Amino acid sequence: MVTNLLQIKNLVKHYPSVKAVNGININLPTGICFGLLGPNGAGKTTTIEILEGINDATSGEILYKGKPLGDQFRKEAGIMFQTTALQDYITVRETLEMFAKLYPKHVDLDVLIKRCDLTEYIEQDNRELSGGQRQRLLLAVALVNDPDIIFLDEPTTGLDPQARRNFWNLINDIKAEGKTIILTTHYMDEAYTLCDEIAIMDHGKIIAQGTPKALLEETFNDVILQLPEIELNRLDLSFFTTQDRNGYVEITTHDVNEVIAILIEENISLSNLQIRPRTLDDLFLELTGKELRV
Amino acid sequence: MNNFLMSFKRFLALLSTRNKEFFRDRSSLSWNILMPVLIVAGFSFAFSDDIGKQFKVGVVNKLSATPQSKQFLGLKHIDFYSVAADEEEIKYAVNKVQRHQVDMLLDATKQQYWINTESPKGYLVEKILLGLGRPDSKHLDLKYHGFKKQTVSGKQIRYIDWVIPGILSMNMMFSALFGVGFVIVRYRKNGMLKRLKATPITALEYLSAQVASRIMLIMLVTAFVFYGTHFFVDFVMNGSHINLFLVFALGALSMISLGLIIAARITSEETAGGLLNLFSWPMMFFSGVWFSLEGAAPAMQNIAEIFPLTHVTAAARAIMIDGAELVDISYHLIVLLVQSVVFMFLGAWFFKWD
Repeated sequence: MVTNLLQIKNLVKHYPSVKAVNGININLPTGICFGLLGPNGAGKTTTIEILEGINDATSGEILYKGKPLGDQFRKEAGIMFQTTALQDYITVRETLEMFAKLYPKHVDLDVLIKRCDLTEYIEQDNRELSGGQRQRLLLAVALVNDPDIIFLDEPTTGLDPQARRNFWNLINDIKAEGKTIILTTHYMDEAYTLCDEIAIMDHGKIIAQGTPKALLEETFNDVILQLPEIELNRLDLSFFTTQDRNGYVEITTHDVNEVIAILIEENISLSNLQIRPRTLDDLFLELTGKELRV
Repeated sequence: MNNFLMSFKRFLALLSTRNKEFFRDRSSLSWNILMPVLIVAGFSFAFSDDIGKQFKVGVVNKLSATPQSKQFLGLKHIDFYSVAADEEEIKYAVNKVQRHQVDMLLDATKQQYWINTESPKGYLVEKILLGLGRPDSKHLDLKYHGFKKQTVSGKQIRYIDWVIPGILSMNMMFSALFGVGFVIVRYRKNGMLKRLKATPITALEYLSAQVASRIMLIMLVTAFVFYGTHFFVDFVMNGSHINLFLVFALGALSMISLGLIIAARITSEETAGGLLNLFSWPMMFFSGVWFSLEGAAPAMQNIAEIFPLTHVTAAARAIMIDGAELVDISYHLIVLLVQSVVFMFLGAWFFKWD
């Protein structure tokens, strides 16, 4: 009986000048959305390309449904690369038809077109698509073969907030069908919203893995208070752990009551006080010490 | 569905998509058709006027000419050139008389001459030969002079007739090299090939679809240019159209396969452009497209043998001008076939998706 859809054992990829992937182990059960996060250069694109069968590993083993990656995997995997050109002078429908013919089975194209909200642009030349339309088409291409496992490499990069939200809805629909998704993203809110499990990579290794909630609870037991910098001018902040961020001072504390008491004592206005829990952004910075770049 | 049918289905899907892309790219399509037409039209215009005002006469045994022959050879404004008294050379020169490239061939010792009955200039130069020193036109007869007349016939071969097979082949070369090589590099650079690699298609299916698509397009465009140009220029076509089709198809295959080698691993369009030029320009100049390599240095002739364009041009020219059959051009066909197989094998061997 196959318990894991994808098993990655001690995966290593060495280039002449760099160890891009340095001993990764992941077991991926069916039906989850798994997020692979990491700063630029962490090795996540190399990792995902090896998992997709695009790149070869230096050593290690990848098993899909208990077997090494091969024909079956290529037939059952759907892939949306970070950047993919579409053929010029070909319409959206023709693109989907071409990819559909490359697989032994494919979904009903009309249903797929509706689902990915492509109906309005279906006879449009690929060159004339906007960023959001293009991403939806690339997702449709990834879904054309009714895949069991779907790789989404930074699928919402460059999209406006509305388009991102629409895209998230689409991914949630796919998840609801029990498909397994591997997602890479630089947007932590995206990972938090979509992923059942995440792994954070740095220097070719996984430095943390688990559900977003569990990882946050394991790493942090504090909260952050935010106040406008201008209102704290009179206060000696050396008692607190603070950080400046866009005109605000963030105070990190385990005891909110104590901090608020001090602020009241110092006659600091609390009208603009905000308290926020720790996020994946904080976790990421805590673990990698690097700001995410979009 | 069995593997072969599935493979064929994928091949057809890629073929059809590539064809659509080509035909919808109007600027590229127009240029493919327009370029050879413009070249042919330019040459046709340039050579429409008879720029050679002199008569041209080949002379065998020039040094041992009879007095009558010497009198003729002493005339001004006629270009006399020596022909070796060798059976092959004489045959070759007679062939030129047939094609109107030479107005007369004269054996100055035997007082024998060859003339093309369809050549106006041949007719005039014959009158000059027979009328020398004889003001009375009634004495313009062969018996009086002792010259023996041999007649040949044949349509005139103009430079435009000679150059058209080369132009068609050259246009094919550009379309083959740039149309496949450049496109594959562009697809590789922009990630299209990487996306296709993630599907069940194989490199062989992908490459064969590209080759088949380009051959179809090349043959279609070449046929269009051939018949379109023929309508306006009326160039010589003495051979079989089917044989010519086969030569061009084999030539296209060979040159597309060469393009596959060039494009096998490159990811930069600039590098690809440079390399394609590196191959196409020497071929354009040293494959006998514009001028005959007969008088060229042996080293250059040997180098030209490597180029597929040399063999396509020579075979096409032999069919179109001499009416050669496939057996007559079997050497060129074998070379093209071997080159196609070798180039295709190397291209597939070195091919990288990303």
